[in-house]
Amino acid sequence: MMRLELVKRPQRSMLFSALSPFIAFVLTMIAGAIMFALLGVNPLNAFQIYFIEPISQVWQLHELAIKAAPLILIAVGLSVCYKANIWNIGAEGQFILGGIVGSIIPVLFPQFEGPLVLPLMLLLGMVGGAAYAAIPALLKTRFNTNEILTSLMLVYVAQLFLDWLVRGPWRDPKGFNFPQTIQFNESAILPELMPESGRANWGFVFALVAAVLIWILMSRMLKGFEVRVLGSSPRAGRFAGFGLNRMVFFAFLLSGALAGLAGISEVSGAIGQLQPVISPGYGFTAIIVAFLGRLNPLGIVAAGLVLALTYLGGEAVQSALGISDKVARVFQGMLLFFVLGCDTLIHYRIRLIGLAAPKLETAPKLEEAR
Amino acid sequence: MDITVNILLTVATAATPLLIAAIGELVVERSGVLNLGVEGMMIMGAVGGFGAGYLTGSPWIGLLAAIAMGALFSLLFAIMTLSLATNQVATGLSLTLLGLGLSGMMGTNFVGQPGQRLPNLDIPGLTSIPVVGRLLFGQDPIFYISIALTAAVMWFLFKTRKGLTLRSIGDSHSSAHALGIQVIRYRYLSVVFGGACAGLAGGHLSLVYTPQWVENMTAGRGWIALALVVFASWRPWRVLAGAYIFGAVWIGQLHAQAFGIPVPSQMLSSLPYLATIVVLVLISRNKRLTMMNTPASLGQPFVPDR
Repeated sequence: MMRLELVKRPQRSMLFSALSPFIAFVLTMIAGAIMFALLGVNPLNAFQIYFIEPISQVWQLHELAIKAAPLILIAVGLSVCYKANIWNIGAEGQFILGGIVGSIIPVLFPQFEGPLVLPLMLLLGMVGGAAYAAIPALLKTRFNTNEILTSLMLVYVAQLFLDWLVRGPWRDPKGFNFPQTIQFNESAILPELMPESGRANWGFVFALVAAVLIWILMSRMLKGFEVRVLGSSPRAGRFAGFGLNRMVFFAFLLSGALAGLAGISEVSGAIGQLQPVISPGYGFTAIIVAFLGRLNPLGIVAAGLVLALTYLGGEAVQSALGISDKVARVFQGMLLFFVLGCDTLIHYRIRLIGLAAPKLETAPKLEEAR
Repeated sequence: MDITVNILLTVATAATPLLIAAIGELVVERSGVLNLGVEGMMIMGAVGGFGAGYLTGSPWIGLLAAIAMGALFSLLFAIMTLSLATNQVATGLSLTLLGLGLSGMMGTNFVGQPGQRLPNLDIPGLTSIPVVGRLLFGQDPIFYISIALTAAVMWFLFKTRKGLTLRSIGDSHSSAHALGIQVIRYRYLSVVFGGACAGLAGGHLSLVYTPQWVENMTAGRGWIALALVVFASWRPWRVLAGAYIFGAVWIGQLHAQAFGIPVPSQMLSSLPYLATIVVLVLISRNKRLTMMNTPASLGQPFVPDR
């Protein structure tokens, strides 16, 4: 019988800090191969269909960008929260509210056209997402309520609210009773980047800009320093005069606004109207993206593209091999598991010891790093 | 009278999965571990229970499979957070995400299939007593398990030496370790117990509540169970009370929808989630009380130094 033992490293390992996402990816591949084999599919064939074919043509790269954009937008916002040790896991709800509030103009005022429409919609989307995120922030700061549970409960409420809107007051009167709003008019549609080669829209540009801005914020500005100090040691942050309550609001409003922007970009770009369901779980997958990208905005861009591929691959294996597209969710979950496990290697050395072996050596005395 | 009995019976049926999942999580949190994967373990129990019942034709095998599935799935969390000292919040989240995906994949062929239902208790003479007969002697077997489980956990935590040890680990793992207590072993057992409970709760959904497989059929109950533990300030009997209050809210909104109250059904459906938020606010606003009751080392990873 063997036992795992963790030995704390004197300082974090730069090597494993860089390597761990790749180790995690390889481990996910191995586990995925086993899974495909269990499903009775040749793993190599499945991988070809899952990971290679969906990105082998230019128009498919556009589809990848469409899926990656909301993931990156939401995840860079969440990375600020998680760095500050604030747990917003309700981005899915903020995404939906962004989509709803941003759609007020094209749904209720369809006559309103012109170049002003789109910027206003995007702004309203951000306001909607931020306002919805303000609820758990307010409850946390005022009443000390656990933000994990409140932000998550609000996801269900948002989903039901959207469902009510598109089946009730906002339903297209000429839509044959389908639960959807009217098609947005031309000036409310987010333009495509390169219409001649594919469908990708400006949402992807927003995502890249947001990633760069958050990167600057976190690495070059005082606010970013504040986030990191409060996240790793609230006590030290208090001594430095950083307010924890203000930080809770800052993190929630920022991540909510970005999730809202992602929501309205998705609705006005990829969908073109409101439907009962506007997200295949982007808000939750973005949590994985944030961790896979090491809570670093630039890493998140890469992670967002990888996770977007898992969505496309899931659709591909469903149509080619008849496997449920839930396989995408399994890949995403496994990836996060392995990333978290590999991250242990950054702070600890892992030693396998037999239970019977005598413990002779003593651990080096180390100052508590944290 | 019959209507009242029927409503009470449905409330008990709605409360039972919440109670079982929350009681399991209470033990886990009392040992100082925060497992946010309840929703994932529950849905795995639901799909495992339905699948085993459907394939073997025996709901009892389904029941065992649900428990085993939840326990097995929680072991994944235990290895990660206890042996590899990963962040408990993130690991719990990933357990939920993985569970929702995996259950959807495993259940592809179960959608729309008729399921097995655990039979209600039927004791000749007793069950037919008017009013109380069906309430006391005519419910599904998991209802009785849930009550017994609550009593057992109450007794274990507060009346046994091992229970005291477990609570002390939750309050200070380093002191417990210094006293020579096997912190990690206790926590492993707690987490797996919590997983078995969550699996059983999921099994209740797919073997009693609605004997069929529907994707995401837990519908946030795992998260509500987590909230119940906070609401109950980590006391088993308060979990029992809370679970029945929430069961009543859940059933109340269903009845209101059936009666055709002129309120959008979506608004009624959102009531349990809104009620959760309200209850959390009410219970958390007293900061000192919450601080006093929360296991002090809840959610902190523990790496024994020798």
